[in-house]
Amino acid sequence: MRRFIPFIIALGLVALLPLVSPSDFYINLASQTAIAALMALGLNILVGYAGLTSLGHAAFPGIAAYLVAWLSTRGGLGPGAAAVLAVAGTFLVAGLFGLLALRATGLGFVMITMALCQIVWGAAYRWTSLTGGDNGLSGVPRPFGDLLDPTTFLWLCLIVLAVAIIQIGRFAESPLGAALRGTRDQPRRMSALGYDVWRIRFVAWLVAASWGAVAGLLYAWYHQFVSPHMLAVTASAEILLMVVAGGAGTLAGPLLGAALVVLLKNLASIWIDRWVMLLGATFVFIVLMMPDGLAPGLIHLRERFRKRMSSPTITPPLASQERIDG
Amino acid sequence: MAFWASQSLNSLALGGLLFMLAAGFSLIFGLMRVANLAHGALFMLGAYVGLASVQAGLNFWLAALVAALAVGVAGGLIERFLLRRLQGRTLPQVLLTLGLAFIIADACLMVWGGDPMRLPPPEELRGAVRLGDLAFPRYRLFVMGASCAIGIGLWLLIERTRIGAMIRAAVDDMQMARAIGISASALFSAVFCLGAALAGIGGVLGGPILSVYPGLDADMLPLALLVVILGGAGSLLGAFIGAYLIGFVYTFGQALVPDLAYVILFLPMVAVLAIAPNGLFGRRLS
Amino acid sequence: MAEQALEVANLSKIFGGLPAVNGISLSIAPGERHLLLGPNGAGKTTFFNLLCGDLKPTQGSVRLFGEEIIGLPPQKRAAKGLGRTYQILTLFPQETIRRNVMIALNGLRPGKWGFWSALDNNQALVEEADTLLERVGMSDIASRVVSQTSYGDRRRLEIALALALSPRVLLLDEPLAGLSREERVTVQRLLDTLPRGTTILLIEHDMDVALAFAERVTLLHHGTVVATGTRAEIAADPRTREIYLGA
Repeated sequence: MRRFIPFIIALGLVALLPLVSPSDFYINLASQTAIAALMALGLNILVGYAGLTSLGHAAFPGIAAYLVAWLSTRGGLGPGAAAVLAVAGTFLVAGLFGLLALRATGLGFVMITMALCQIVWGAAYRWTSLTGGDNGLSGVPRPFGDLLDPTTFLWLCLIVLAVAIIQIGRFAESPLGAALRGTRDQPRRMSALGYDVWRIRFVAWLVAASWGAVAGLLYAWYHQFVSPHMLAVTASAEILLMVVAGGAGTLAGPLLGAALVVLLKNLASIWIDRWVMLLGATFVFIVLMMPDGLAPGLIHLRERFRKRMSSPTITPPLASQERIDG
Repeated sequence: MAFWASQSLNSLALGGLLFMLAAGFSLIFGLMRVANLAHGALFMLGAYVGLASVQAGLNFWLAALVAALAVGVAGGLIERFLLRRLQGRTLPQVLLTLGLAFIIADACLMVWGGDPMRLPPPEELRGAVRLGDLAFPRYRLFVMGASCAIGIGLWLLIERTRIGAMIRAAVDDMQMARAIGISASALFSAVFCLGAALAGIGGVLGGPILSVYPGLDADMLPLALLVVILGGAGSLLGAFIGAYLIGFVYTFGQALVPDLAYVILFLPMVAVLAIAPNGLFGRRLS
Repeated sequence: MAEQALEVANLSKIFGGLPAVNGISLSIAPGERHLLLGPNGAGKTTFFNLLCGDLKPTQGSVRLFGEEIIGLPPQKRAAKGLGRTYQILTLFPQETIRRNVMIALNGLRPGKWGFWSALDNNQALVEEADTLLERVGMSDIASRVVSQTSYGDRRRLEIALALALSPRVLLLDEPLAGLSREERVTVQRLLDTLPRGTTILLIEHDMDVALAFAERVTLLHHGTVVATGTRAEIAADPRTREIYLGA
């Protein structure tokens, strides 16, 4: 549990933000970042640990957000009941989607996940009688009465984020986490050792979807409004960007990436008109220069800096290349 | 009767556009194993460049040519200076194209603004052809014809020319192709240029039907993917059949069940994936 | 007749008209050391892939201690006692040697689904891994990350991972491939320590090691069995020389 201390401290510092912040703007920004971080953490399970790049992750927060919005407005349920049903509903849909998506890996998986998310988007956009179409659903009530002010809401988001970090962090070090990374690196070997590779991936898919659903709840409560935009290809792409930019396969990576994207989006647009282009350019830069993402990239830079400062060390030579026989 | 006839023609026209879009994507994917997520943005770029050329006084056909060349060159630059640096690493390459899609889309927004714009069809192709009671818009007939012409042209290129033979060899077995002296890098550049140019010309030709607006890229890319998943990546025939199939499903879906039109669009994909994960024709998606 | 460890009947795999494996029939007794000989392209690795489930056969059957395994996915065959090493190494490069073995040991256990406690905290598993590593003579490098080890060590680890299953039948696909002479000796020593009860089917090009290790030999060519017999018989068979040196 000790390795979570830096994360808890960081979250704790953010929790103190309301005490020093001049306006609600920054508190809300922090909430947005926390929600984005939650989405990125979930996607990282697929991209980083399972080696499955999904371009449809926005479907999970999207479905959950729409469900909780609909159930608590037109459906007449209280926010709590709506939340539970929303997560359950998303979980079921995720199960169905997983059965389809996991028929492929690699680029096929990218395309199928994108297509599946598009189906949900299409329903949200066109099925106006149900989803409000382009106008979305508004007036979503927050839990614990409408008394949830920006500060309390931030603390709610941070608590949820902390739980996610701990659960996913422990998952990563657990036997199942090691097995998941094994299916990423050596799926044939894993099968030959007795692991059910499909089932392990399916479990990872469901866990990722579940955290996405939780993020969707917070999103719906934060904005008190849902619209098809959160289900668009660009939304999924942004989450993927967060994971890849920050560093897939690490725990801090998605958090860094989320902060980068949200801050760029909100703060850069104050000074620069074209934040989308900046986002794209940053992404291109990171992919070219630090293909492993910010977190490992920064660690790598720190290592290189350290090596240059101290005397050269002898690294063990890599062994002879494996012969690839016919 | 008129309803079915005109919707069918619309389907064929849409199918034609989708084929131009998907053919380029499929070529690039088939040869380079790169899912070019900037493909929708290149389509949109072609539409805008074509529109700008027409507004600058060029006739429609020259504008189309300019657009195809401009987007083709853009594609070539992207491949040569960016993609090539990530040689062999398909996932980073795909992510790179994603970042580029953002950039191109925002650049178009910056240059041409946020209002949807109409690209008028050329003089010669305005109006409709009458057949009894039925009127068929000339332009849509043309788009269908153009896509068939392009399809045949591509087929001839792939099957009957030396370059085509090199592409086929490299798609089948890259190492072997390199071993007999085929320059993979030159081939990649050429194919990426061609794919981009196809997207560009699709954008211009699609202008009069789809109009030109920000978000066109995000609308078109999933459709391209859909066609490629259905038809099988790397297969020209698959792209052709897939494009027209989607054209029909979408057009009739829109007309008959507008609420669910988009959803039914993806049902064929779901069905195909459930039964044949490699698409109807082609190479492995994974 | 006593139950055979591996009973292969008329196994074929045809790739679009080209038979990679063409009607192989083979019987291997429990505890036997059996060598699969044949030039490159003879179908040996394809045969292994059919046996362990990475490939589906066009026809034929394979019985493992009397049980039909064709149709079972690879993980079920592992559960029935079939172990395998790969010609191209299939290790987990970012993990330590010890963790590689721990992951392998967990493969057939319910504990592999654990998602809360850390893998490293499982003391019993750590000890079991260390015991296995000691048996194969790799205790000194147990804590080293695989990417920092020599090729010879990696080949030994490849075998150790297969041993973690305590397999009844072990398929070794060119365990000595690409090794220097010194490294060859260490791996050979490992092979000698393999439990007598384990049935072993070996593909190997190093003739000295292979023939010394094997009791029975099957000669493959163009996906079919040319000859089967004791090592003496096959060594003396004129077809062996022909296939390796001639046409």
